[in-house]
Amino acid sequence: MNRVWSVLFLLVPVLGIASTLMAMYGIAPLESAWLPKSLSQAGDTIDQLFNGIHLLAAFILAGTVFTIGWALWRFGDRQDPNAKARYITHNTKLEITWTVIPAMILVFLAFFQMKSWAENKMDRPTVTVNGVSTFKPPMVMVKAKRFGWEFYYAGADGIVETQDDVFVENLLVLPVGEEIVLQMESRDVIHSFYVPELRLKQDIVPGMTQFVWFNAREEKDIEIMCTELCGWGHYMMKADLNFVSRAQFDAWIKEQESAYSPEFKNAVETTASRGEVNTVVPPRFSSASGSQLGFKN
Amino acid sequence: MAEVSVKNSIAPDRKGNVVSRFVWTYVFATDHKVIGLQFLFSSLIWFFVGGFLALAVRWQLAWPWSDMPIFGHLLFAESGGQMSPGFYNMLFTMHATIMIFFVIIPILAGAFGNYLIPLMVGAEDMAFPRLNMMSYWFMWPAFACITLSFFMPEYGASAGWTSYPPLSVFQGDAQSLWLLAMVFVGISSMMGSINYLTTIIQMRAPGMTMFRMPMTVWGMFITAIMQAFALPVLTAALLMQLSDRILMTGFFLPENIAINNGVASSGGGQVLLWQHLFWFYSHPAVYIMILPAMGMVSDIISCFSRKPLFGYRPMVYSITSIAGLGFIVWGHHMFISGMNHTLAMSFMVSTMLIALPSGIKVFNWIGTLWGGKLQLTTPMLFCVGFVSMFVIGGLSGIVMSAPPVDIVIHDTYYIVAHLHYVLFASSVLGVLGAIYFWFPKMFGRMMNEKLGKIHFFLTFVFLNGTFFPMHFLSQMPRRVADPYIYEGLKDLLPLNQFMTICAIGMGLTQLIFVANFFGSMFFGPKAGRNPWNANTLEWTTASPPPHGNFDVQPIVRRGPYEYSHPDTEGDYYPQTETS
Repeated sequence: MNRVWSVLFLLVPVLGIASTLMAMYGIAPLESAWLPKSLSQAGDTIDQLFNGIHLLAAFILAGTVFTIGWALWRFGDRQDPNAKARYITHNTKLEITWTVIPAMILVFLAFFQMKSWAENKMDRPTVTVNGVSTFKPPMVMVKAKRFGWEFYYAGADGIVETQDDVFVENLLVLPVGEEIVLQMESRDVIHSFYVPELRLKQDIVPGMTQFVWFNAREEKDIEIMCTELCGWGHYMMKADLNFVSRAQFDAWIKEQESAYSPEFKNAVETTASRGEVNTVVPPRFSSASGSQLGFKN
Repeated sequence: MAEVSVKNSIAPDRKGNVVSRFVWTYVFATDHKVIGLQFLFSSLIWFFVGGFLALAVRWQLAWPWSDMPIFGHLLFAESGGQMSPGFYNMLFTMHATIMIFFVIIPILAGAFGNYLIPLMVGAEDMAFPRLNMMSYWFMWPAFACITLSFFMPEYGASAGWTSYPPLSVFQGDAQSLWLLAMVFVGISSMMGSINYLTTIIQMRAPGMTMFRMPMTVWGMFITAIMQAFALPVLTAALLMQLSDRILMTGFFLPENIAINNGVASSGGGQVLLWQHLFWFYSHPAVYIMILPAMGMVSDIISCFSRKPLFGYRPMVYSITSIAGLGFIVWGHHMFISGMNHTLAMSFMVSTMLIALPSGIKVFNWIGTLWGGKLQLTTPMLFCVGFVSMFVIGGLSGIVMSAPPVDIVIHDTYYIVAHLHYVLFASSVLGVLGAIYFWFPKMFGRMMNEKLGKIHFFLTFVFLNGTFFPMHFLSQMPRRVADPYIYEGLKDLLPLNQFMTICAIGMGLTQLIFVANFFGSMFFGPKAGRNPWNANTLEWTTASPPPHGNFDVQPIVRRGPYEYSHPDTEGDYYPQTETS
């Protein structure tokens, strides 16, 4: 009977690791689980970390839980009533070993991942204007609200929150192969901007301004999810995100400009009057034509 | 039986009719054992309420917007029985709140802390029996507030158990009741923790040095310290949020935010301040919810391995360092909250480090098993289950402590998987093991082993079926009533249905436990003083122990884990036995 329990515990790492590998390498029936295919270089780095730490974890899981199952198998069925357990209270050498080795692994992990974090969250892209390096100006201002997304493309002037902004709701169209910076603010409660394919997530906190950046490499239609509870309609706070070629993007944004409405102009003026953002002056563009909207260095 | 040594000042003989005796014994109880049982029973009742809420959450995720069984037509007659999205938000909010604040914390610290600390350190009762009574009484206003909140128009608080402002500030009145309930629970825990600390420091029996205390007592001791330091911060934060809601202050509200087309606040506050204050309590609370279980598991594993706990001192030091580090890791809940990104790096390092003492504990438990003469009783199975599940919960913790990885999995079902492996698959398995282990002491009767083993087997299988696949939903946001409106998540429906079926199975399995618990209480075979041949002090007295606990003052002569000692004939060596 004791062997049954041993097998039960041995099954934990076997099934656990097998299903994790199935999810990781997209084997049916878990092919759609785990994470979708990464769309960016930064996402690939995160994936490597994600999979790497999981493989390490699988190794440790196998080691520890197999030992537990084996201990149950070997020591759980002693028939001899006179047999006594071994009287061992401690083993200092063993304690030091299983403290120092994991410590080294953890410290390595801690330092190893810092670069990826910095790339994703700390090293905001810069541009050089007249020999002075400044932060790259955001291409789109994202305003999160209950329960939808507003996107304000920097208009001809290349600055968000000015009168020539192009406004689109619940649809974000962006060119591929370019480093894109988004500026994000909330109108009411906390929201969170999540694009699984880009391995990108950032909470949008009222009263604060956030910046995210990414560089997608493939034309694809994906979705933006809200991942911070924002009220009863939280579940339906989604927007479409379409990555298109530069040419398609230029054509699309031109269409949007013509749809610019006077009511909206008012709304922008109100937000712009807050004057909290854009302390850095980005490069200006002389012409209003869409082809010059880009921020290529 | 030397009656003289039993100071019966705590519960003098009450005369009178049944009602007045019941009231004096069970309502105005100052005996730590009665208070422990009060906590145990109220927590178990709430455990079932919380479980129902969880099943309703699972129902919606498996068959979204379909008719909810039983309650659907009661609550949502006009929509034909399908729940509203706001109701879904209430479900997971109240599930978490109840499970954390009404079940796991009170059952570990309240029930087992109260019942076991005086018995294990050889004291006749807690240091402050009336404060102890107050600490249970303060649970009742909390119960009342939460129960009342279910009858509010929104059916309960629905801003998540984390209650992040500004959303929580603009919720209905149920949120105020929620905040009040949390304040009361906090006061209750605070009174308990002061009592535990004083009892453990001041009332140990002669010879019971700190390093002869069982791990259970160590777990409770460290937990009490954490509660005493962390709770004031939470209480302050709760009152600040209450004042934002009722007195129109703006601790957590910035300027210019508009809710429902109206301008909302006086402004000037910081949204992230709440998150810092909340997690400064609630991360230590994670350890408050597991350290006592770790202590109890250590005792039970050592007892049924008939072998000393491997590395007793490293075990004590590792709990202590988990508690110490536990106070400086709260920022890992906030990696992507908008908090300074550089700060995330220091929180990441401290979080990585906390894996170290947790690992040491696991290795020592395995060391205890190794070479033992294992008795695979029901409590032992639950505790071995605890260790193997804690490994999974701990390892997924390392995955998410890496901030770049956390960018992806934050606020997704991966986190839900992790926290359930730690809180359900570890803490609750530990609690169930402890119930099976100390039930003979509490009620003087044994629980049924066969039913216990069936209960363990089914719980273990179903919990893994419910929670392991959640790791694979690492792109599915949590707290979303209908994830399938996203194209990328549509394929995850079958997996969610599988998990829901397992969850229902797990819920039904607990009925076996209920039957075993109440059946054994009345019809179980009588347990002697020491049915498990264990060493610690509580097994030297009668089952259940009388008021004042011990017939004679116990004198402690050795540590709690001297199983299979070469100097003795038998395989155990009680702490009080003269050599």
